[in-house]
Amino acid sequence: MKYVDEYRDEAAATRLLEGIRARATQPWTLMEICGGQTHTLVKFGIDRMLPEEIELVHGPGCPVCVTPLEMIDRAIALARRSDVIFTSFGDMLRVPGSEIDLLGVKAQGGDVRIVYSPLDAVTLAKKHPEKEVVFFAVGFETTAPANAMAVWTAKREGIENFSMLVSHVLVPPAMEAILADPQNRVQGFLAAGHVCAVMGYEEYEPLAEKHRTPMVVTGFEPLDLLQGILMTVEMLEEGRYGVENQYARAVTRDGNAPARNLVAEVFEVSDRKWRGIGAIPCSGFGLRDDYAPWDAMRKFHMEGISADEPEECHAGEVLRGLMKPPDCPAFGTLCTPENPLGAPMVSSEGACAAYFQYGRTG
Amino acid sequence: MTISSAGPALSQGPACPIPIDRYPTITLAHGGGGRLSDILVRELLLEAYGNDELERLGDGALLDLGPGRLAFSTDSFVVYPHFFPGGDIGSLAVHGTVNDVAMCGATPKVLSIGLILEEGFPMEDLWRVAQSIRAAADEAGVRIVTGDTKVVDRGKGDGIFINTTGIGVLDEGVDLGAHRIEAGDAILVSGPIANHGIAILSLREGLEFETPIETDSASLHDIATRLRDVLGGDLHAMRDPTRGGVASALNELARTSGRGMHIEESRLPLDPPVRGACEILGLDPLYVANEGKLIAFVAEDRADEALEVLAGHLLGRGAALIGRVTEGPAGRVTQKSTIGGSRVVEMLSGEQLPRIC
Repeated sequence: MKYVDEYRDEAAATRLLEGIRARATQPWTLMEICGGQTHTLVKFGIDRMLPEEIELVHGPGCPVCVTPLEMIDRAIALARRSDVIFTSFGDMLRVPGSEIDLLGVKAQGGDVRIVYSPLDAVTLAKKHPEKEVVFFAVGFETTAPANAMAVWTAKREGIENFSMLVSHVLVPPAMEAILADPQNRVQGFLAAGHVCAVMGYEEYEPLAEKHRTPMVVTGFEPLDLLQGILMTVEMLEEGRYGVENQYARAVTRDGNAPARNLVAEVFEVSDRKWRGIGAIPCSGFGLRDDYAPWDAMRKFHMEGISADEPEECHAGEVLRGLMKPPDCPAFGTLCTPENPLGAPMVSSEGACAAYFQYGRTG
Repeated sequence: MTISSAGPALSQGPACPIPIDRYPTITLAHGGGGRLSDILVRELLLEAYGNDELERLGDGALLDLGPGRLAFSTDSFVVYPHFFPGGDIGSLAVHGTVNDVAMCGATPKVLSIGLILEEGFPMEDLWRVAQSIRAAADEAGVRIVTGDTKVVDRGKGDGIFINTTGIGVLDEGVDLGAHRIEAGDAILVSGPIANHGIAILSLREGLEFETPIETDSASLHDIATRLRDVLGGDLHAMRDPTRGGVASALNELARTSGRGMHIEESRLPLDPPVRGACEILGLDPLYVANEGKLIAFVAEDRADEALEVLAGHLLGRGAALIGRVTEGPAGRVTQKSTIGGSRVVEMLSGEQLPRIC
């Protein structure tokens, strides 16, 4: 298949692996930010093909995983209302809340539906004027433009029975939190290609400068990752830091201007709580006051619901790269995809799910 | 993404024999055992798939299937939507059970049809389904010899559910199954995988692709018989990888046989539109359902011949050797990735969910 097979070529992969082997003269710890990258690494067996000098730790870039428990509980409270059709991407439905997950609410009679695009939820609201349609807007910068478009469309068309429960987070503040942590082991980053396709990578430059850390904007196919790793290793070996772009076929320094403009029109930067990490200032998006009527938090007064995360789940350490999934005492025993303790075991981008699904039990 | 309209146009058969203005939809009385039940059975179901045995309307069928051991299998069908590109719930219900019987190494002979209809189900749709059952049964060479029809209140069903049970006869000496799988066996698949699951998913979720994706639903009795005839005892086991896909079928057989299995990603046959859909939706085709494919475990030195038999059959287009059985570790399925890495292929956990970004 065009534009896929080229990036999964065995001979090219072998050449890149040889390059990495030739360049790595000492141990380096790299973090891939995005959960999609984690899955590619494990699915294609890349982490085990790398020379032993290179250790990859998995980053917090799984939007489902970092959504705080209290946000799931708010979603559940909304989904239980008889006047609400609650819409979400599929991954969120099995993430455990304090007592139940959204699939459980659906089984109890709640109207919970999977949509593939937030605009589908707007269409649903038009079709059901007698109901309140709420969309669970979870994600990093990648999904922000589509979510912004949904709210913008609802406002323009005067659709008042649509609203969004927003739990949007941003990558650079999370990277700052990891780098500033005294326990940090990460020496170089593979930055998330799709996030940068929207936002560009200019905002990473001061971060790389401040922490004297190499960052390589990297794609999601096996060859993208191998090339991203090679570029990061070269920077580390040469003592360079800054931002380089492996994913040039999709990413420019300035990102996608129309998408950024729409995001800026609808959202403003706000403080956010991250599951397993805690509150990070200015680390997410909330709806601007102009769009308050479409904000489910304000419309349904959800601020009162808060929750603390279960102690036996080590998701926070996994998400900060301090622990690999199999090192968690609950991994594969107390916590499985059928009975997850935390979101990283649920999401198609979660590191724990990747390790479990691809048989990495030790 | 757009929401597509309801099912595709099916080939037009004869018109529904129960006049639409009389009973446009199923009513509770159609399952009440009285006059309306009788009309439904005689004028619609028997009209569509009746035969001498069924038309006796006895309490059960009396069968004379000759000597030999029997294979006996049952399956229920609840697919929604009821009509989808390349098939419908009627043909699927026949193919599903015929294939289960055929995978045992038997020749399917007779079938039962149990219908559970929801009040309000369109009579016209029932007629289409019944005709489709007839066509699929004829094509598979099975007779429908007994049946049952029930009607449930509106809201207590999803239009139509079908249960089919099938019986097939095994030839003398045929012995297929996980117990015969040996280290070194070649693992073959009869054609491109994941078509059925993607066809249903795209219709159900209103996903439209440039090329419409059709189900692969088909009866495998003939291709299975040919394989058996040519390979004899060197055909060790067959399995149709339905729900849970190829990955789940391989895992089950690896566990029961106490062997390991190793497949190569680059050898998996996939139609380009299906592969594209899987890439877009973030689904692993190894876990997506098939309804007209078989996996065969064949003695190492007969692999080429087996592949020729499969590829020479109408239903074996794109057949491929995808891997080998290994001594162990018992129950473990591994896959070599396209770039040369390796991973474990686990059983599916829950349902595959679409990815978020």
